[in-house]
Amino acid sequence: MNDVAPLPPITGSVSLAVPVEHAFAVFTGDINTWWPHQFHIGAADIAEVILEPRVGGRWYERGVDDSECDWGRVLVWEPPHRIVFTWQINGTWQYDPDPTKASEIEARFRSDGDHQSIVDVEHRLFERLDGGDAIRGAINGGGGWALLLEGYATSVKDHA
Amino acid sequence: METNGEGALGLLGDPSRRAIFELLARHPCSVQELTDLLPISRPAVSQHLKVLKDGGLVVSRAEGTRRIYQLRPDGVTALRTWLDGVWQDALTGFQKQAEASTPGLEPDPNDHLNDEPEER
Repeated sequence: MNDVAPLPPITGSVSLAVPVEHAFAVFTGDINTWWPHQFHIGAADIAEVILEPRVGGRWYERGVDDSECDWGRVLVWEPPHRIVFTWQINGTWQYDPDPTKASEIEARFRSDGDHQSIVDVEHRLFERLDGGDAIRGAINGGGGWALLLEGYATSVKDHA
Repeated sequence: METNGEGALGLLGDPSRRAIFELLARHPCSVQELTDLLPISRPAVSQHLKVLKDGGLVVSRAEGTRRIYQLRPDGVTALRTWLDGVWQDALTGFQKQAEASTPGLEPDPNDHLNDEPEER
């Protein structure tokens, strides 16, 4: 019996004019070139984003002051078709080393013709992260996540 | 990127608002502290804080004569909203990077004689 209401995953999909092997290589090996550097957790600006290419590898940011801030770990490494890695920054914006409290990101890579590929990304299991008590209460109290977000949209419109 | 409603984009789609949100993710701040860190006016900071507060992402408390703003303690809400925006930008960046660096499309340095204009 699981009494924690699941939070909906974030999903995205991109079509690429490149072979699937190249898509996987850029997604994993070149993550520093495409992950937007303005998004970071550490106090210092990001110098580099690193994803270590193996099961158990670290995913982390290195700051311009050489500080490091862990984001997660690689769970599944199946080049060039699949990678699963965790996001372990919780609702208090801290890294939580407990693997049972990790959200997961799965990226699947498939060919769509010789030089085309499709990448599907799903970031899921947000309910595992610590710091979600209030949102759980809101969901259990009726309406659910979609209504909560509609509330956001309405308040933005009302006050913009 | 799929979002459940327009809330995430509405709240953090504005660059100034996102900057304020990210500063508050690091530590609680007063309006003046945020104004000192950002290239926008104090009234503009206040207006953005109001939107973030009304949207449920930020709370405030009085501390002496100042009002201190911080991310709402039920931070997974805020975190997921933030990450929705992160992934939108990240996947757009990934697509550009992957297509810009594909081996088959990179110009051959020995092939200058056959250069063609990009647009016909």
